[in-house]
Amino acid sequence: MNDLAPHKVATSRSLDIVMEGLAKRRKAELRFRAYGLISIIAALLFLLILFSSIISKGYSAFLYTNVALDITFDPQIIDPEGTRSSDALSGADYDALWKSAVYRLFPEVTDRQKKRALSGFVGSSAGQRLRAMVKAEPELIGTTRRVWLPVDDNIDMLAKGHLGEVSELNDRNRDSQGWLVTLQNQDRIRKAINQEFFTNGDSREPEAAGIWGAVSGSAFTLLVTIGLSLPIGIAAAIYLEEFASRDRWTDFIEVNINNLAAVPSIVFGLLGLAVFINIFGLPRSSPLVGGLVLTLMTLPVIIIAGRSALKSVPPSVREAALGIGASPAQMVFDHVLPLAMPGMLTGAIIGTARALGESAPLLMIGMVAFIVDVPTGLTSPATVLPVQIYLWADSPERAFVERTSAAIMVLLVFLIVMNGLAVYLRKRYERRW
Amino acid sequence: MTTYTASISMSDPNAEHYLLAPHERASPVKPREKATNVKFDRDHRETIGEYTSASARIRCRNVDVFYGEKPAVQDINLDIGNNQVIALIGPSGCGKSTFLRCLNRMNDTIQDCRVTGDISMDGKPIYGQDVDVVPLRAQVGMVFQKPNPFPKSIFENVAYGPRIHGLVNAKSELEEIVEKSLRRAGLWDEVKDRLAQPGTGLSGGQQQRLCIARTIAVNPEVILMDEPCSALDPIATAKIEQLIDELRELYTIVIVTHSMQQAARVSQRTAYFHLGHLIEVGETAQVFTHPQHQLTEDYITGRFG
Ligand SMILES: Nc1ncnc2c1ncn2[C@@H]1O[C@H](COP(=O)(O)OP(=O)(O)O)[C@@H](O)[C@H]1O
Ligand SMILES: [Mg+2]
Repeated sequence: MNDLAPHKVATSRSLDIVMEGLAKRRKAELRFRAYGLISIIAALLFLLILFSSIISKGYSAFLYTNVALDITFDPQIIDPEGTRSSDALSGADYDALWKSAVYRLFPEVTDRQKKRALSGFVGSSAGQRLRAMVKAEPELIGTTRRVWLPVDDNIDMLAKGHLGEVSELNDRNRDSQGWLVTLQNQDRIRKAINQEFFTNGDSREPEAAGIWGAVSGSAFTLLVTIGLSLPIGIAAAIYLEEFASRDRWTDFIEVNINNLAAVPSIVFGLLGLAVFINIFGLPRSSPLVGGLVLTLMTLPVIIIAGRSALKSVPPSVREAALGIGASPAQMVFDHVLPLAMPGMLTGAIIGTARALGESAPLLMIGMVAFIVDVPTGLTSPATVLPVQIYLWADSPERAFVERTSAAIMVLLVFLIVMNGLAVYLRKRYERRW
Repeated sequence: MTTYTASISMSDPNAEHYLLAPHERASPVKPREKATNVKFDRDHRETIGEYTSASARIRCRNVDVFYGEKPAVQDINLDIGNNQVIALIGPSGCGKSTFLRCLNRMNDTIQDCRVTGDISMDGKPIYGQDVDVVPLRAQVGMVFQKPNPFPKSIFENVAYGPRIHGLVNAKSELEEIVEKSLRRAGLWDEVKDRLAQPGTGLSGGQQQRLCIARTIAVNPEVILMDEPCSALDPIATAKIEQLIDELRELYTIVIVTHSMQQAARVSQRTAYFHLGHLIEVGETAQVFTHPQHQLTEDYITGRFG
């Protein structure tokens, strides 16, 4: 009993000290966890606010108000000579068809000015729709059909309630509101998927303005960026990290690469303008030049991330490979690279995601131009999603507000799809053993 | 530490004796009666004992190794005899690994490591300008202190060497080599049903035997082992020691070890290193029972190190 005592005292003493400090340690730990939790909640909250604001403003752009009109495909208007030739069908005044259909709905409107307002009820693309219908199906001529046509963008805004309370409307809009209610009561108004938005390029008319031009512009640009920066960046990282001799030159190059990663992107845009367009004469506003500029911007990021991924491969793997007589290239490509690949891909994802969201350097090379046609290749004029957002956000028409938010949503989806793909690829490389 | 030069050592009356090859020597050093009665005091830095070997595969003469400006190993003269096991012992940091890594030029991979002196294998210098390290390392295999299997399947670990060296033509041949190597490393029965599983999922001892199998799959002639059992339990250690004993018939083995018992069990010759100098070398039994240098005796009797 006695000889146990000193030992016991010693234990209880250090234990006491430990217990004394324990409360403090626990508190420190809890505090840190609380900070973490609070910041995550704050981050999620801001994300929620951002998303809900964008989605609530933008979702309505995916739908568009259509009006049902009883169109009489009058042969006197479409094809008075009765030849049914393609030229005759193309050249006819289809606007007259829907205009007379609208006037027939509201025979009480006789005032010249009001009639003009009434004809502005239907969107300007209605004529093209009818032309397409007739050309696809000439037998329509001579019949009367109920056709759903898009309304004017102002009427769409009215129908969506974006123009405010009825009492706040101006005279013209108040008339339109009246007609709208009348038509709604006749079940002639409905909201349908806004196909134009997904298939058209940009337009001055909001109802015809679509995102597809910018989406394909972004896709082409990104294709160039990934196609160039990924192989060049990874090869450069491998060479600099594994094969280049360590001397002043590699130090110099390393410093320069680190500096390039921090250069403001607009500078790369100016460089692209001076070199690719003015010296090499590549086409202005094209995804090719945009992709080249973004490649310059992305390369340093990919090289730096790639080098640090290579550096983090344990030396024991290298020694194992060299020890059985693998050449340096075999060591790198058979053992080091597969282990470094997930890290390298992470760098590539960060770099290309940044490139996708970049607008400043592309303004310098003319990708900010108003381009209606959807680009068909690397050299056709194009714009990209972030620039499209910038352009629409700058437009005065009320209908572009919701389109701006919708374009942001499309950009986010683009980003999520791309990152999801990259994460999937990385997971495939990442063998856990 | 005093800088060592040949002229200083020549002032040692015994030095000339040991610099000569055995048959050139005037009279052999008499074996001492008592182990405690050593011939050379602690300040003596000349290699004591028989550093040459009649059947030398590797011959090292005046080898110095520097890390930057710092000398790690100085003036090593040592022959590695054919089909025998030579153990390198000595306290930590005395340069055993550094010396070992000279023999297959693994030191080349260290940035500012510099090797001077002559090392030749079968009469050909291995540090020559035109020597390719790839065939050298295929010929001189290495097993590292920490088991380092590739993060690939067990099969792939063993198959990688033969494949890159083009030792096989058909898949069946490769499978044969893998099986033979794993059998010789005493691992076949434990892994034959899980060849496709990762090599890193094996236990420490199994991993080390996998590394040995990987080394012998290339069919080297010399195997360098740097403390291969330092991370292993006694059972795994015993297995590897047994394996070394079997491998001796086919290979020349240089093993660094911290365990005196292991050196005594597996080796025929022993070399004792101290602070970068090769202090004493000789038949294992002789070094352990009748060390001639005070430092050797201090070490094997556990007075330090
Ligand atoms: N990569 C290195 N860079 C610089 N010095 C080293 C390096 N490796 C070993 N050394 C030094 O060389 C000496 C010998 O080391 P080492 O050969 O590893 O000893 P041992 O294997 O006998 O324990 C030590 O002083 C050590 O600090
Ligand atoms: Mg060591």
